[in-house]
Amino acid sequence: MKLQDTIHYSWYKHLFLVLILLLCLYGSISVTDADFSEVISGADQIGVFLSRLLHPDFSYLPKLWGPLVKTLQMSVTGTVLGMIFAVPFAFLATHVVTRNHVLTAIIRFLLDIIRTIPNLLLAALMVAIIGIGEVTGVLTIAIFTFGMVSQLIYEAIETIDYGPIEAAESVGANKIQIAFWSIAPQVIVQIASYTFYALEVNVRASTVLGYVGAGGIGVILNSSLALFQYERVSIIILTILVVVAVVDSISEAIRRRLA
Amino acid sequence: MNNSNETAASAAFRKQHTQRFLAAAVILLIILWCAAGIDYSGLAAFSPQMGLEVLRGLMKPKWSFVYDGSGEDLASLLLLTIGIAFLGTAIATILALPVTLLSASNLWRSCPLVARIGKFVCNVLRAFPELVYAIIFVKVVGPGPFAGALAIGVHQIGMLGKLYTEEMEAMDETPVEAMHAVGAGFWQTMFFARVPQLLPIYSSLSLNHFEIAVRSASTLGLVGAGGIGAPLIFAIQARNWDQVSIILLGVVLTVFVIDTLTGLIRKKLR
Repeated sequence: MKLQDTIHYSWYKHLFLVLILLLCLYGSISVTDADFSEVISGADQIGVFLSRLLHPDFSYLPKLWGPLVKTLQMSVTGTVLGMIFAVPFAFLATHVVTRNHVLTAIIRFLLDIIRTIPNLLLAALMVAIIGIGEVTGVLTIAIFTFGMVSQLIYEAIETIDYGPIEAAESVGANKIQIAFWSIAPQVIVQIASYTFYALEVNVRASTVLGYVGAGGIGVILNSSLALFQYERVSIIILTILVVVAVVDSISEAIRRRLA
Repeated sequence: MNNSNETAASAAFRKQHTQRFLAAAVILLIILWCAAGIDYSGLAAFSPQMGLEVLRGLMKPKWSFVYDGSGEDLASLLLLTIGIAFLGTAIATILALPVTLLSASNLWRSCPLVARIGKFVCNVLRAFPELVYAIIFVKVVGPGPFAGALAIGVHQIGMLGKLYTEEMEAMDETPVEAMHAVGAGFWQTMFFARVPQLLPIYSSLSLNHFEIAVRSASTLGLVGAGGIGAPLIFAIQARNWDQVSIILLGVVLTVFVIDTLTGLIRKKLR
């Protein structure tokens, strides 16, 4: 890159872009009725909130254990359930496996749609259809995992080495045999790694799923917030923080060993 | 000699084999324990007939809700949701930059403590779910879309700050060193060596977080922070499936379009 190519010498080309961005910013401020002076005038509220958050109610800790274990169980079950469905669909979503553009396009479109539904909305919908309970949370996590991981897996399949596929094809393997013996061994480590990544994301997500009645630690987070018991909110969030950090570090260690 | 080598190799292989078998068994046991711990009683209340009824309602979107000019229709609520997401990401992008300057360890070689504090701030900001920020800001600025934008903004400062910092630390230092060698100061290296290298990546990350923000903005209405979430929850609670259907369609379509657009821009940035 020459010095003349850097943004400092061709800024006028980007001026147009900056103008559009500023226009969008102005638009978003007027649409949302943003008034930044309100933040300053309401700052004492933040202060009250923070000071109460800084005094976590440690006596509440033993009562958190049950919901916490439940949250972890829900995340693991949901992740596994989602993975069981994600793997075959991810295989079907690649042209390498199917050799059929139409089928691949249809499956990808379906996966795209499932992925676009925000998980809290999904949870709210599932609660309405199935009812309040832990199964609802598990199913929500499963669907969410399915959408997220299937995309990661099919992107991984697209980057594989085609040599083994040609070799298997030349000795007359059919599509299912190719998928099993030529493609799966190349992506199995990535699939395992994505499973742990999904588990990390799901542990984070499952903490808020309780907000709409889908079980786990989110239920008590919700009730404590509703009753303004910020000392409890504080200890709940601290616990979630520790758990997420522990799950993160375990899954990171496993993923590093797999890689 | 050859023979003993072979046994050693096969013993190592067998040991690895046992280890793998054990690991698989442990994982399977954990999964079974988790699956067994779930309370399945909720499923008993579910009747297929009710599910079918919901599906039938979802099949008939209430098209009249799309636009009726009242300002409470789908089109204006979706626009509001996108506005919340954009303002949130804009706040986060602007505020994440100074945080990055504080938390990138390659900028604080002589004083690593500052970088550690900066990273801690990012971690704390990221730790709280957006929903909790939304609840706080609803109390601070009153219920409305601005509270949602602030919640997304503050949460994403932590996210973007972390990602920006990682990019800053992973960047190629050669141009910076070259400029130092000819006597450039900190801000000169910042604007002429670091910014040109990082700007495309940072823009890409911000666009990606705009996508994420659109999804979040559509759920924050749950706690009164504006956007499409509140009408959706009311419709679900009232079992107004035709309305739920049209709102979900709108959300899915909006997220889909924004994902595709930002995906195109990000591909061009790379």
